Amino acid sequence: MKLAMTFSGPGYLRAAGAAFVLGACVAAGLGWAAADASVNIDNFTFGPEKLTVKAGTTVTWKNEDDIPHTVASSTKAFKSHALDTDDTFSFTFTTPGTYEYSCSLHPHMVGTVVVEPADGADKPSP
Amino acid sequence: MSDINRADEKGLNRRKVLECMTWAGAGVLWTVTGGVPRSLGIVGEAMAAGAGSVTFMQISDSHIGFDKAANPDTPGTLQAAINKIKALPAKPAFMIHTGDITHLSKVKEFDDANGLISQAGLDVHYVPGEHDVIDDERKIYLERYGKGTKGDGWYSFDSNGIHFIGLVNVMDLKPGGLGNLGDAQLAWLADDLNGRSASQPIVLFAHVPLWTVYQQWGWGTDDGAKALDLLKRFGSVTVLNGHIHQVMQKVEGNVTFHTATSTSFPQPAPGSAPSPGPMKVPDDQLRKLLGITTVNFKQGEQRLAIVDTPLQG
Repeated sequence: MKLAMTFSGPGYLRAAGAAFVLGACVAAGLGWAAADASVNIDNFTFGPEKLTVKAGTTVTWKNEDDIPHTVASSTKAFKSHALDTDDTFSFTFTTPGTYEYSCSLHPHMVGTVVVEPADGADKPSP
Repeated sequence: MSDINRADEKGLNRRKVLECMTWAGAGVLWTVTGGVPRSLGIVGEAMAAGAGSVTFMQISDSHIGFDKAANPDTPGTLQAAINKIKALPAKPAFMIHTGDITHLSKVKEFDDANGLISQAGLDVHYVPGEHDVIDDERKIYLERYGKGTKGDGWYSFDSNGIHFIGLVNVMDLKPGGLGNLGDAQLAWLADDLNGRSASQPIVLFAHVPLWTVYQQWGWGTDDGAKALDLLKRFGSVTVLNGHIHQVMQKVEGNVTFHTATSTSFPQPAPGSAPSPGPMKVPDDQLRKLLGITTVNFKQGEQRLAIVDTPLQG
């Protein structure tokens, strides 16, 4: 099965910002834009703690606590600034896989995003 | 968010206090007055401390920049804490601040905090809380307070025969873990203690408790036990922390552990709410749950005496 690596290009993994932009463009261009998903940060918990999405999905975290939190990937694939109350952070997942993350300020807060191959991702690439 | 009612239901009955005693191990002396868990016993010694003793202050968790419902006026309550210190009959030798000076590590927050704290007219020894190092480059704290420190800001100094050690346990935290000292800091600590007389009293201070207060909320330090192992041979060790915004104390052998109240907002007792975080209490209760800590050392005494004083009695 081909994964989203099919769509890799220059700068694909170079930086979170680049991946974000490219991921969004590729998803739109191919017409399989996945629905966006969200994670609420409340009571020192990521909810849902485990989120499963299709490749190409943009996930947005929103901090609803009165204490700042961060969203930091264990592999440094993405990291937010400190999010104050009501601040958000978005990241577009283009590559299938399991992404574990935590709050770098309160590391007992952990979460996982499971990215599945996008629908149609096994079709020949254009 | 947490609220006082939840804390009331679970936090203030006799059974809960007894549970806490069991959970925290032998040697805990607790009472609950007006919703505040207060330490007993050692307070009595402190009251008895008189001439020939040395006093230093601890304040903690000022969170300047926080303005939510739990306390819209954190500069006001820090000011009240500083006024209490200025009004003490005997001037303390110095003050320690056990972190979370600011809420979001902003320059203005550090400036505002410094403007208030400096009014005490005391030397202040700081360690950072996680809120003081959340600027992306983690440099503002060290630029301001890192002079003469090692690594991420740890250091030691001597005063009145006591050896004081400020540790940093809010950096490079591991997913799923607690506070963290790291190998470099532990190696420095071993070196710092090497050759020191076991009869010299030691005061260790850091932001996050060095003992596990409540793992589920991250209230502890992963490698805190390694630091405490290095202190085993010393006859008098006092460990002062902040972070949890409430007083907790336990005595284990020669080591007294104590956490200070905050000057900003209270947090729920461990396990008494769905999560830690700012706890909204009735306005007329807030200053009873905030406070300052006075530590008194008398030459020849086994332990330092620690007294927690609320901003409002």
